[in-house]
Amino acid sequence: MLGKTAGGLYWMFRFLERAENTARLIEAGFRMALTRSSDASSEWQSVLQTAGVRKYYDANHEDYDAASVVNFLLRDPKNPSAVLTITKQARDNARLVRTALTTEVWTAVNDNWMTMTDLLKRPVREVDLPDVLATIRQQSALVRGAMYGTMLRNDIYDFSRLGTHIERADNTARILDVKYYTLLPASASVGGRLDNKQWETILRSVSAHRSFGWLDEGDMTATSVTQFLILDLRLPRSLAFSVGQIVENLNYLADEYGDERESHRMARALYGELKGRDIADIFDQGLHEFLTDFISRNNALGGQIERDYRFVG
Amino acid sequence: MEKPDMFDEMLGADGVRHPYSAYHNWFEAQDAGRLAKKHKEAEAFFRRTGITFNVYGQSEAQERLIPFDLVPRIMSNREWTKLAKGIEQRVTALNAFLHDIYNRQEILRAGRIPKELISRNEAFLPQMMGMTPPGGVFTHIVGTDIVRTGEDEFFVLEDNARTPSGVSYMLENRETMLQMFPELFSKIKVQAVSNYPQALRQSLSACAPKTCDGKPNVAVLTPGIYNSAYYEHSFLADQMGAHLVEGHDLRVVDGHIAMRTTRGYKRVDVIYRRVDDEYLDPLTFNPSSMLGVPGIMDVYRAGNVTIANAPGTGVADDKAIYSYMPDIIEFYTGEKAILKNVETYRCSEPDSLQYVLDNLADLVVKEVHGSGGYGMLVGPAASKKEIAAFREKLKKKPSAYIAQPTLSLSTVPIFVKKGLAPRHVDLRPFALVSPQGVNITPGGLTRVALKAGSLVVNSSQGGGTKDTWVLED
Repeated sequence: MLGKTAGGLYWMFRFLERAENTARLIEAGFRMALTRSSDASSEWQSVLQTAGVRKYYDANHEDYDAASVVNFLLRDPKNPSAVLTITKQARDNARLVRTALTTEVWTAVNDNWMTMTDLLKRPVREVDLPDVLATIRQQSALVRGAMYGTMLRNDIYDFSRLGTHIERADNTARILDVKYYTLLPASASVGGRLDNKQWETILRSVSAHRSFGWLDEGDMTATSVTQFLILDLRLPRSLAFSVGQIVENLNYLADEYGDERESHRMARALYGELKGRDIADIFDQGLHEFLTDFISRNNALGGQIERDYRFVG
Repeated sequence: MEKPDMFDEMLGADGVRHPYSAYHNWFEAQDAGRLAKKHKEAEAFFRRTGITFNVYGQSEAQERLIPFDLVPRIMSNREWTKLAKGIEQRVTALNAFLHDIYNRQEILRAGRIPKELISRNEAFLPQMMGMTPPGGVFTHIVGTDIVRTGEDEFFVLEDNARTPSGVSYMLENRETMLQMFPELFSKIKVQAVSNYPQALRQSLSACAPKTCDGKPNVAVLTPGIYNSAYYEHSFLADQMGAHLVEGHDLRVVDGHIAMRTTRGYKRVDVIYRRVDDEYLDPLTFNPSSMLGVPGIMDVYRAGNVTIANAPGTGVADDKAIYSYMPDIIEFYTGEKAILKNVETYRCSEPDSLQYVLDNLADLVVKEVHGSGGYGMLVGPAASKKEIAAFREKLKKKPSAYIAQPTLSLSTVPIFVKKGLAPRHVDLRPFALVSPQGVNITPGGLTRVALKAGSLVVNSSQGGGTKDTWVLED
């Protein structure tokens, strides 16, 4: 496979994942702002921070009101990660690797782009927001379904999945890091509904609110939420799950290509930080320190994959 | 349908012409509303599949659809066989001509065409002198533009020996028709076109360099996703099972061209390039080109890679050369040309120039190096002011122009609100050339001027396309 094609697949799925995550973040933020109007502004600030686009926002805005933030995240050309922008980038990458995709996957990505272009032509009004967010998630489910149902399980699939999971791990880690102070056990002693709301937002941002309720025997505590999002292998958006998938897909590549590269070593080391780890241990290390370290290592792993498989010349 | 005033391929002087009789019967039995719905469906299908072309010079890279008309253009096998013979003769002569021009130049020595036509030809590449490309083929893929004016009157309008495009529309149009009207194809036996990608691959593989052992690695070289024909590039690569590469995916490794893969560099034997000559090699041609491969011309000259079509084939696309095609065909094949040329006045010749200036209102004047329907004057359709302006341009640089009489192009009906309406068409069949022979897919791309009375069929100027049927027997 061409290195460029591997890179195109990887980035196409990173962008698709990012668009979906942004929709979730907005949804969680919106719910939070609705229920705690007094603190809406700080909630929107942390949404922008989690999305990693706060500096672009601050350069052009002074207030953190729902309409401005939501439209910035969805469709502002000044935001390099706006859903509209990255949906187009995902589609551009799909065009680039068109020969590596099945017709079903290509059509799903192209449909996604056409739908988004139409949906986000004008500023989104608050009443339309739930529909818009639902559509974004539905569209990415369609791409995923087409992918799962029609693509050969070979290196094409592996590079796509690597893009998805590098992006996903990054996203979950950022969500936790932006809110880490509310998750410190010390803050749990404050207790009360306020903190529960914060945890709930975090869970909603990764679509894990209901699953948490299903799986957890105990209460919603800082420790249990953190444990769930970082270490639980059953949650498809936890760090451990995402990195586990990265290791798995890299192993498939090693089988197919007959060799291991530096990225294999790095991925296994990163997985070693998570597998069988005790959450108390992570709190001892310092949650913020742990997450910062994770984000940078995950990033470095992504960069190493790009070099190992010659995405660019 | 309203009565056409020129030769209409469906509705002849004595009623429906034979090749269209079965289709016409079917059409008469159709509900107009259902057809209108089908028409919309076709458009949605093209958009979803991404069969679009980009339009340059607009603020955002816009993607547009080429309008598709659901009434097929139909030819009998007898009509087609004659056309195909003529095309085969023509592309064979073109290849012999190109080889001669870049080697012994016998045709110039024999005085059959003026030397200046080559020496002053912008598409002529001195770097190709002395070259015999692998397989001996210069132009591997040729699109011959043909118009019709009567029952037996076919003319070649131009030869596209450089990089003819549009073949993906030929294939997708058929695919769309099959999806929309499967019942038609069980009633009417139409020769298939779907074999084109395999034929292209075989034809290209047969021209692989001698140094290639085993199955040749074929790649399609595209300028990238923002190129207006990118869809076609990816479509052909996909259908052929070839790699779709850009310049930065390739480099010279140990005297060969190699592509960067996830497992290292891998040799490429045949490059079907959709990048213009000028951008092919920054070391040989345009030094600022980012689209090409530095050093590819050296590898090519050493015979270690096949470039299709060969650099420098654009010489033959020149409209002044075109005017000599009957001589060229006779010179290399010893036969009279089967397909007629349109009578052409070379404005470089004083007598012709005078005639053209005196008759501008009746003529079509084209730039010698022009393409895409730009920079031309269609006398009968132009205003007095436009004609006057063109007259000045023409006087300034007569050698840059040729003129032709306005042909009364045949019409084929298109589907409109009121039913059928005649519109002018042309035809671009695609010929593949390899040492094994010439392979011409039955049919080709029919382009149609969608505006009533218009003679300009180019997609950049409001033209559409039709599926083209050649009937079995």
